[in-house]
Amino acid sequence: MAAARAVPGVLGQFVHIDGACDAIRELKQGGHADLTVYSAAPNHELEEAIGDPISPVRWFTLTGGLLGCASGFALALWMSRDWPLLVGGKSIATIPPYVVIGFELTILTASLLSVLAVILLSARKSLKGRPYHPKFSDDRIGIFIPCGAGRADQVQALLDRHGSVEVSRES
Amino acid sequence: MAVIAHDPSRPTQTHAEVTRDVVRTITEAPTKGYYVLVGVMALLTAVLIGTVVAELRFGLGLAGYAAPIMWSVYITTFVFWVGIGHAGTLISAILFLFRSPWRTAVYRSTEAMTVFAVMTAALFPILHIGREWLFYWLIPYPNQRYLWPNFKSPLMWDVFAISTYLTVSSTFLMVGLVPDIAAVRDHVSGWKKKLYSALSLGWTGADSQWRHYTRAYLYLAALATPLVLSVHSVVSWDFAVSIVPGWHGTIFAPYFVAGAIYSGIGRGLTLMIPLRKVLRLEHMITGCHFDNLSKLTLLTGTILFYAYAMEYFVAWYSGNTFEQTTFWRRAFGPNWWAGWTMIICNAFVSQLLWFRKIRTNLVSLFVISIFINLGMWFERYVIVVSSLANDFLPYAWGQINPTWADWALLAGSFGWFGLWFTLFYKNFPIVAIQEIKEMIPMPRRKSSHGGAH
Repeated sequence: MAAARAVPGVLGQFVHIDGACDAIRELKQGGHADLTVYSAAPNHELEEAIGDPISPVRWFTLTGGLLGCASGFALALWMSRDWPLLVGGKSIATIPPYVVIGFELTILTASLLSVLAVILLSARKSLKGRPYHPKFSDDRIGIFIPCGAGRADQVQALLDRHGSVEVSRES
Repeated sequence: MAVIAHDPSRPTQTHAEVTRDVVRTITEAPTKGYYVLVGVMALLTAVLIGTVVAELRFGLGLAGYAAPIMWSVYITTFVFWVGIGHAGTLISAILFLFRSPWRTAVYRSTEAMTVFAVMTAALFPILHIGREWLFYWLIPYPNQRYLWPNFKSPLMWDVFAISTYLTVSSTFLMVGLVPDIAAVRDHVSGWKKKLYSALSLGWTGADSQWRHYTRAYLYLAALATPLVLSVHSVVSWDFAVSIVPGWHGTIFAPYFVAGAIYSGIGRGLTLMIPLRKVLRLEHMITGCHFDNLSKLTLLTGTILFYAYAMEYFVAWYSGNTFEQTTFWRRAFGPNWWAGWTMIICNAFVSQLLWFRKIRTNLVSLFVISIFINLGMWFERYVIVVSSLANDFLPYAWGQINPTWADWALLAGSFGWFGLWFTLFYKNFPIVAIQEIKEMIPMPRRKSSHGGAH
């Protein structure tokens, strides 16, 4: 498989959280909307600086839950009527015992759709060709700013000013 | 004697130290002891497989079933393992929602324990049905016989509950593992790098990944929380929905859930006390974690104490002679030894954990955890076997004599569980790297007073 074409830009590495957040805010104000920020763990300060809206994963979870609940009850009710088992003179299709089936399928489908949502939504923004450094899963924060050679000096100066410990250019 | 200090649960390492310490447990060459352990577990698994093959060839007659006790060691062992599978999700999901910081160091091992315990448990109902090759009849699928399962049966509820629990707990474990596997990938080389790269699913820790990941993890925890409470409730209804004396009680669902968590934490202690020593993770899994786990054990053990007392009280207060006889014979009948083992190991031994000296002493905790394991198997044996043994009329009373096949499957189940767990802890991060890091404040250029440092 051919390697993805590198996205031109500047990659800065930070060890200080406040420096990285300040850099992100200034880059955003400067019109660099398409940043990629790497970190070893989720961090609320970074989230605030990036300023993305809340993830739409919840809609997948809700849809999965409703679908699972409806299909659990529908499955049990329809199958009971399709193969009627008369037990102790009770109704063929009854709701209380089917609550368990409805509940279990609610949880199952909601969970699986939540995971599917992470895969689909994460894939929406392609990271192909964007640089990555193993230190980002260790203790460093990475900020990659896609930009042409014309703006690279300006971006590098901004990263240096906010305490970037290592800056590299991708072309 | 290994006396441990009562220390706070917050990690004191840096981010880089956390990665180094956890990745080391995977990259270090296995010791001879590890290979011996794997060998023993593989041998026990071979015993399990051999017994299953024998049962397939000669039928259920190999096991010690004897009317009226047609649920015996297999179902006892099934409930035992399902119960063990409850502590992991409690610690990983419920304590996550409660934002308990101490869970981070211990939840991965208990979560893995959960998945492997449920995998073990799921074997037993399949073996118990006798014609194992037809187990798929439990699953509703269009078939040429125009038959559908009976959804009013608690056994069908169990099929849905256990399969959902296995799927969701495995998903929860794998989702949590992805960022940590990526951290391992970045610290290994050669074929291992290729393997962990494939398993990390392209994880880079980019903001676009964390944004969706953290939300999904929160929702998975929120979904797993009612699930963990429901699963053992459903298992308890396998019994409580019937009219068998000793089973027909409204207390069963909370009683089973408390027992499940109690047994799961007990098994967690049995595994983690030696594991932290073997993997040299004493600075990450500290005395504070064991103290908190002990308090959870004490809480659930005390609920069990209450449940045992209440069962006897209700039997007496009901005025129902069948209930009264069943409970009298539990304490003084032919299975008295099982009844008293259950009460002593669960109700009384757990009360030792009121003493801080015992909670903070690893040797005593380990011994107590063995009693918990033993007591919880006997609890299920007492519930399943001694209740069935006392049918309504004395002429129908009976006894079982477990056979070599019963004991071989029980021993083999420990091997099957142990083999998975042993392979897991040497190949995957046993402590959650990214969640530990989340608790460690990142360095700052400026202090909160505005000065640089």
